[in-house]
Amino acid sequence: MAAVTRRGGPARPRPRRARLATTTLAVLVAAVVVVPLVTRLDQQLVDLGAAGLPPSPAHPFGTDEVGRDVLLRSVYGLRVSLLVGLVAALVSAVVGGLVGLVAGIAGGVADRLLMRVVDGFNALPHLLFGVFVVALFSPSAGAVVASVAVTHWTTAARIVRSEVLTLRGRPFVDAAILGGSSRARIVRRHLLPNLAPQLLLATVLMIPHAIWHETALSFLGLGLPAHLASLGNMINDGQRSLLAGDWWSSLFPGLLILLPTLAISALAQHVRDRANPRWRSELAL
Amino acid sequence: MLEAVDVTLSYGRRTVLDRVSVSVRPGEVLGLAGPSGCGKSTLARVLALLLRPSGGAVTLDGRPVSRWRHRAPHRTSIGLVFQQPRLAVDPRFTLFDVIAEPLRATRRPLERAHRLAAELGLTPELFTRRPHEVSDGQLQRACVARALALEPRYLICDEMTTMLDASTQAHLVARIEDYRASTGAGVLAISHDTELLDRWSTGTVHTLNQPEESPRT
Repeated sequence: MAAVTRRGGPARPRPRRARLATTTLAVLVAAVVVVPLVTRLDQQLVDLGAAGLPPSPAHPFGTDEVGRDVLLRSVYGLRVSLLVGLVAALVSAVVGGLVGLVAGIAGGVADRLLMRVVDGFNALPHLLFGVFVVALFSPSAGAVVASVAVTHWTTAARIVRSEVLTLRGRPFVDAAILGGSSRARIVRRHLLPNLAPQLLLATVLMIPHAIWHETALSFLGLGLPAHLASLGNMINDGQRSLLAGDWWSSLFPGLLILLPTLAISALAQHVRDRANPRWRSELAL
Repeated sequence: MLEAVDVTLSYGRRTVLDRVSVSVRPGEVLGLAGPSGCGKSTLARVLALLLRPSGGAVTLDGRPVSRWRHRAPHRTSIGLVFQQPRLAVDPRFTLFDVIAEPLRATRRPLERAHRLAAELGLTPELFTRRPHEVSDGQLQRACVARALALEPRYLICDEMTTMLDASTQAHLVARIEDYRASTGAGVLAISHDTELLDRWSTGTVHTLNQPEESPRT
């Protein structure tokens, strides 16, 4: 009997890849939560006697130019980066989601006005605008969150608005209107559940993007205070050691940016696939 | 009486309905035929108060309609069965949610949903299934049950039986006829199938013609 192969159509969910991504993220999150609780080492401890040591069993990621343990500082840096990325992505999604929802539902003048505001924000180079926003405050995690949120809420607004406009024209929404549903009920029962997967995907994908922004701003010296461990600060510090051949002080923080980015992207893809009811039921079989 | 008087509607420069008049009386079945693209579904949406016409008027029981879509008065007086059941149900809903949603929205008891499901041949084991897990026929039965849930005084069936097998067609038409007989509701039956309309309609079958192309400027 000929084997039946599935051709065409959208890609099926890939649970193995998702499991790997979940495991990676779980390990990273566990590390940033547990390590600061159990270790007695001070991530800011300067030990000039151990400066510039390459990776070894005592210091798996080596030490930086003032003898601080790169592994310990990377874990602290990742904690800051993940937290800043998560909060910035959530703020962007909430603000953008509300704007997109109002624009899509209200339509008319309100829609045009809100979308011109979105266009105005999008017309600005977002990294430069982010630098401007963060420069208004003293270097802090809050300033970085504000910078990323102010420059990125427009993505969520556009996604939500376009989804609302598509859904509004669907016959099942007409059927709900004919069935006596109020506007609020239609939003609650039909629009929000159906646009949630797209908004969730945008939010999750925003996390690595926000991490990159945090590291970029810290790298430029505008993010977190220089003495605090953040992945951007570490790469910035490490670039001075690169010329002396100390590759480890930049490489490992760099890898720790890449790892959650790839894991979150894979997980986001899986979440989107699972959100499709047809695929979900096929997976359950 | 549900009536459209000289209704005109355009999408951009394209006129879809050009001074169309049609009236559905309580207790009668009005058949409406016409070629594809002549505006039958658009007329159905206008009569269901989902689309505001650019000209003419729609009256419901003698009163001209002045509010449309969400704010239409007597919103639940008109039921509409859509042509494509797959597009007419929320993909996240179960079959029972589809039927019960109008009752929940208007805070009415759900017993009617069970009764309608039984009348339309939907067994309880289908209640928890989602739209992609049932056939077109089963889905359209649920859509008819949903349209009848609030006991509308007028029911518009927009090519309701297209793509369905003969027995399902006959079953759905019979259930709507039962409903009409018991409530005195008016029915507008829109279809390509003139044979079906000839049998179902209580009067002459109206034909909607393609509007003439408006001259481009």
